[in-house]
Amino acid sequence: MKLFSKERPDIPIVNHLKADGTEWTVKEKLWLGLSVSEYKKQFFRNPVNWLMIAIFAVGVPLIVGRYIFGLGWVTHASNDYPWGLFLGFGLFGMVPLSASGFMLGTTVELFGRKDFHAIERLALLNGLLGYFFAVLFLEVDLGMPWRLPYPMFVSLGPAAVLFLVAWHVATYLSVQIAEVLPAFFEWIGWLKGKRIIRKYVLGLTVAGIILSTLHQGALGALFTYAPAKVHPLWLSVNFQWIHFFCSSIFAGLSMVIIASTLIKNFMGWRCDDEFKDNLDYITIGLAKGASYAMITYLIIKIVAVAHDQEWSYLLTGWGSYYMLELGVAVVLPMFMFAIGIRNKWVTLIRFGAFIAAFGIIWNRLNTALICYNWQMYQEIPHWKEVWITITIYSLYFLTYRFIVYRLPIVYGWKGEK
Amino acid sequence: MKKLFSRRNFLKGGLATTAAAAVLKNKETKASGDFEGYPDGMGVLVDLTRCVGCRSCEAACNKEQELPEPAKPFTDFSIFDEMHHGQKRRTDETAYTVVNRYDVPELDHPLFRKFQCNHCQEPACLTSCFVNAYTKTPEGAVIYNSKVCVGCRTCMIACPFYVPTFKYSSAFSPKIMKCVFCYDTRLKEGKAPACVEACPQEALTFGKRVDCIDMGRQRIRETPGKYVDHIYGEHEVGGTAWMYLSSVPFDKVGFDTHVPKEPIINSVKDFLAMVPMVLTIWPGLFVGFHLLATRKEKMMEMEKEKELAKQKATDEKEEQV
Ligand code: SF4
Ligand code: SF4
Ligand code: SF4
Repeated sequence: MKLFSKERPDIPIVNHLKADGTEWTVKEKLWLGLSVSEYKKQFFRNPVNWLMIAIFAVGVPLIVGRYIFGLGWVTHASNDYPWGLFLGFGLFGMVPLSASGFMLGTTVELFGRKDFHAIERLALLNGLLGYFFAVLFLEVDLGMPWRLPYPMFVSLGPAAVLFLVAWHVATYLSVQIAEVLPAFFEWIGWLKGKRIIRKYVLGLTVAGIILSTLHQGALGALFTYAPAKVHPLWLSVNFQWIHFFCSSIFAGLSMVIIASTLIKNFMGWRCDDEFKDNLDYITIGLAKGASYAMITYLIIKIVAVAHDQEWSYLLTGWGSYYMLELGVAVVLPMFMFAIGIRNKWVTLIRFGAFIAAFGIIWNRLNTALICYNWQMYQEIPHWKEVWITITIYSLYFLTYRFIVYRLPIVYGWKGEK
Repeated sequence: MKKLFSRRNFLKGGLATTAAAAVLKNKETKASGDFEGYPDGMGVLVDLTRCVGCRSCEAACNKEQELPEPAKPFTDFSIFDEMHHGQKRRTDETAYTVVNRYDVPELDHPLFRKFQCNHCQEPACLTSCFVNAYTKTPEGAVIYNSKVCVGCRTCMIACPFYVPTFKYSSAFSPKIMKCVFCYDTRLKEGKAPACVEACPQEALTFGKRVDCIDMGRQRIRETPGKYVDHIYGEHEVGGTAWMYLSSVPFDKVGFDTHVPKEPIINSVKDFLAMVPMVLTIWPGLFVGFHLLATRKEKMMEMEKEKELAKQKATDEKEEQV
């Protein structure tokens, strides 16, 4: 894409009008203003796409097989380990990394921090896609995927934590769609729709905070159903929901830092000056927010150990593993953020964000898989399970890129406002 | 404080404010969460000292529940040596109950333990299921409705005894499979379950749960030294319908002695109590923040408007002059 964006003045599309004054059709916008053969050329020139093709070549048949031969064909999930990688990574890992939507929505719309405006849409999109794909992971994992709406409409068990998760994720997903729609409306040129949504932005944002607090917390609370199964260091019956909620804050912020870094480096042609010029400043701001959340998280983690009287566990092998997790996943990035903020070293912050995001996934996998049934035996995911997980994640990546290429996410739409 | 905060009350309170409550016209919701147990519920007392590991109960269950024929016949006792992931045999989609052998050093003979769903008084499987697939019947059985189950397998996470099993082998009609206390075929009519009836040693005794407890206490009292002074299941996770007597400490014969004494749902309470608070406090709080945060801007705008108005007025005056 870089090639074309340099050579052709009307690409990338940021306006309804072509250079010669005629209007782009939606179809032309979809092809990024290229002819089909040009589009193909740019697609196959990109080595990332070849990697994707390789992943899908194996992954898609595996997914099809899962729906024909059953879950047992692709996973090691068992009667002792009902939740494997699909949920451990796809649901418990993806959802906190998608907390960026409500974080930035709140910052910009609610607290009126207009200086973060340039990244708001990216954060919203990151949130929306993260949730959407978490549901997709769920669809692979559910025994009866066709019954996804049952907890909503057919048979309700409102006293169950998962009921809250289901309802909140579903409603929040629609809130997020509404929040991302204005970008879409600008792109197709339907300004009325945008204005309608503008009116409800505050309501949507507040709804977003409520729903996020509750279901990020609820994901943690799910493990309180298994007080005797998860290792005590990873499960604090009283604080689990706060741990999950609080860590989702820096997870979401780190994830936007990562996404914006990747976009700036690999899609520079798509970003406008507002985005590019402000990004370093914004990244520092995001890191500030994240480090506050991290210090809070660290404190409540220690409070939980103290409250449950678990000091002696810290001296065991599991204890060392626990400290390793906290050290690498929280303390290290926290210091990187702190030093980065102080000296305005944005690159250090960006590395820190990568580590923090990895750390969150690690923590969720620890809770859901590695430290689950710690007294029994260790479950090792099946290779097909790993491959399917990577396949769906690649689909997530492609969708993300597809949208950022086109919609005004990291650039402002020119023309009628 | 405890009384004030009984689960029943607070779930009601929680529900009233839950956004979803609006759509709850379902009568069955009563069954979830706030179940108190039935006084006339039935139970089974399993006496480990009487069990000889003949596996008759396994065979009877297999027949009664129309489960697939096992790879090895029920008369094959080599299965007692089988280990999976370092664990003894467990129930799965082909067996609702299994008997395991335990060699206890201080005894000159092995002990056997029959294992199946314990039919808890306040079942974790039931309270964790978000589509209400489980029901605790007045007779004491915990049964499952495969027609509404989504296959999320949370019930398997929640059951402290690792009982519910999932039919992973099926893509089109998977379901949760576990002992159902022979509810449809026997319990409903007041009859003893197939496994109990099949036991030649009378290691299993079927009766009202309260009577089972009495009988257990009586046996402990009347034969001093024979049993440890504990009925496993009387209080574990809030009480179970199936209970056990043993001659050795329970952790030596495969029982988890770390399961909480209270129902599992109690550990989820903290979170559930927080839900209505967030729902009611957050909106006000954050709208307030918003007003505070944007006040400066608004004031500035107002100032500007005032300036403009003044300007206009002076302009007009000047014009008049
Ligand atoms: S033993 Fe497990 S499956 Fe059986 S009733 Fe209790 S929680 Fe449910
Ligand atoms: S697997 Fe089925 S029965 Fe178990 S919690 Fe999920 S929906 Fe309920
Ligand atoms: S009660 Fe019925 S279903 Fe349960 S183990 Fe005994 S025979 Fe099987």
